[in-house]
Parts: sequence; structure tokens; C-alpha cells
Amino acid sequence: MAMAREEIFKKVQAVLVDALGVEEDEVTEDAVIKDDLGAESIDFLDIMFRLERAFGIKIPKGELIPDNVANDPNFVKDGVVTPAALAMLKQKMPHSDFSEFEKDPKLDNMSKLFTVKAIVNYIQGKLNS
Amino acid sequence: MRWIWIDKFVEFTSKHSATAVKNVTLAEEHLHDLYPAFPIVPNSLIIEGMAQTAGILVGEARNFTEKVILAKIGRATFHRLVRPGETIVFTAQVEQLNESGASIRGTVTVKPDTPAALAPDHVADIELMFSHIDQNLAGLEFPDHNFVFTEQFTELLKSFRVDANVRL
Repeated sequence: MAMAREEIFKKVQAVLVDALGVEEDEVTEDAVIKDDLGAESIDFLDIMFRLERAFGIKIPKGELIPDNVANDPNFVKDGVVTPAALAMLKQKMPHSDFSEFEKDPKLDNMSKLFTVKAIVNYIQGKLNS
Repeated sequence: MRWIWIDKFVEFTSKHSATAVKNVTLAEEHLHDLYPAFPIVPNSLIIEGMAQTAGILVGEARNFTEKVILAKIGRATFHRLVRPGETIVFTAQVEQLNESGASIRGTVTVKPDTPAALAPDHVADIELMFSHIDQNLAGLEFPDHNFVFTEQFTELLKSFRVDANVRL
């Protein structure tokens, strides 16, 4: 079911307001889910459940957010995401913008990949597929 | 004291819904702690009763192989107080259930005092989210043994099934 991007954004915004208790005007497309909206790791499961209900979709594990990257020694060395892992992440997360992260691919910066825009992109791709 | 806030299941449909009841008695010490001379069931313990009802429903869905943890209270709206002598009815419905966890919509009522009052009294609406913590997104590791579903919880479900067989 195709849906206009603005309509998707409004629904995503409502999901994040409910899940994180933030104000509507804080949920901009560029807002980082963890750093700007204060999400903790458990909130991501809540957000995924709410997105599934709001859009009538299924989000398979690891599709919106790849799991266990941080704990895999092949993917992270000395706190930095390896080139192989970066390539894998880019393939798994076409909905995220890697341009800034690639300049400084520290594990600590990875949360910046999860923006409101990334969620909207993901939902848009899912609904149009 | 046993940390168990439901007395028995009266309905249990695997992966779908469960209803448990708790009879509130004046003998329970904690009722007298919140407001002297006005005993009530604290709302926090009503949430705990719903979490136990729902947690067993979520755990049973995977044969108690997952460690099911109450991860988030999405919403809890209370409409009235619960007093000694009343029977609380916890109804939990699975909204979503997957390998990572579950979301539950809960309704709390009390049974009517008199036969004339047909409808149960609405006490609360509670939305809960449970996590299968071994599947957590952060990749954190926990002990192997299932420390969540102790015998006191699994016995509740066994009792319900035994009672159901006896009724048949």
C-alpha cells in the first residue's frame, strides 16, 4: 500500500511521541532516536511493535536495526567498525545515511545512523515493495 | 511473603489471552500501609498482578524457554480504587508476539458485589511490553537458568489445567 512520505512521517512522529514521551516538535526528520530523543535500548523493541501496529507491517528481526554488531569481534576492532562490517551495514541498512558515519566509524557513533529519517525511509521502502 | 499477586487463572488461551483473578482480603498487611484507616490495593500492585498474568501468557507461548521480563509499562490508566472484599479480574490480550518479545493490552475489572449489578466495574487499562531478554538488541548475556519462571508461577498454570480437566 503506497503512502505519501508526509503521511508516513506524521505516523512515525506519533509513534515516537507515544513510545518515548517526547514532544511532537522534537521529532524532526534529522533527530537521532537515541541522542536527541533519549531512547534506551529497550525502547527500540517498543518502537518496532508500535510501527508494526501503526502501518500494519511485520518488521523481521535485524531488518530495521541490525543486531549484535557491537559484540562481534569481526565487526568491531578497538572500538571502530571494520570496513567489512561497514559494507555489511550499508547493505543491510539502505534506509540510513552513512555519509557522516563513514568519516569517523567509531562504534560510539553508530547510534547516529538511527534517525527519524531512517525510520521513514524504511517504512516507505516497506510499503512500496 | 510470596511475591504472587494473582490467585488463579480462570481462562487461558495460548498465545492469545488469559484471565486471572485475585481476591482481596482485609488480612493483607500492605493494604493498610498507603492510607491509614482507608485500606486500598496500591495501583502499583495492580500493575504487578497484570504483569504476572500477562508474563505467564507470554512465557507459555514459548514453553517457558525464554526469560520474559517486563520491559515497559506503555500506559496505565486507573478509573477507580480497589477495596478489601473485592475480586480483581485481570484480562491480558496478546497484541504482538515475536522472537524478541510481546506487547500486551490489559484490562482490570472487579466483580460486581450484588447480582443486580450485572456489569463488572472497570478499574484500569494497562499496556505492557515484555522482552525475551536473551534476544535483546544490545546483545547482553544473562545466566542460562530461567530465573523468571519459578515454580510458584508455573504451578498457577498447572492448577488451572488440572481444574479444567476436573470440570470436564
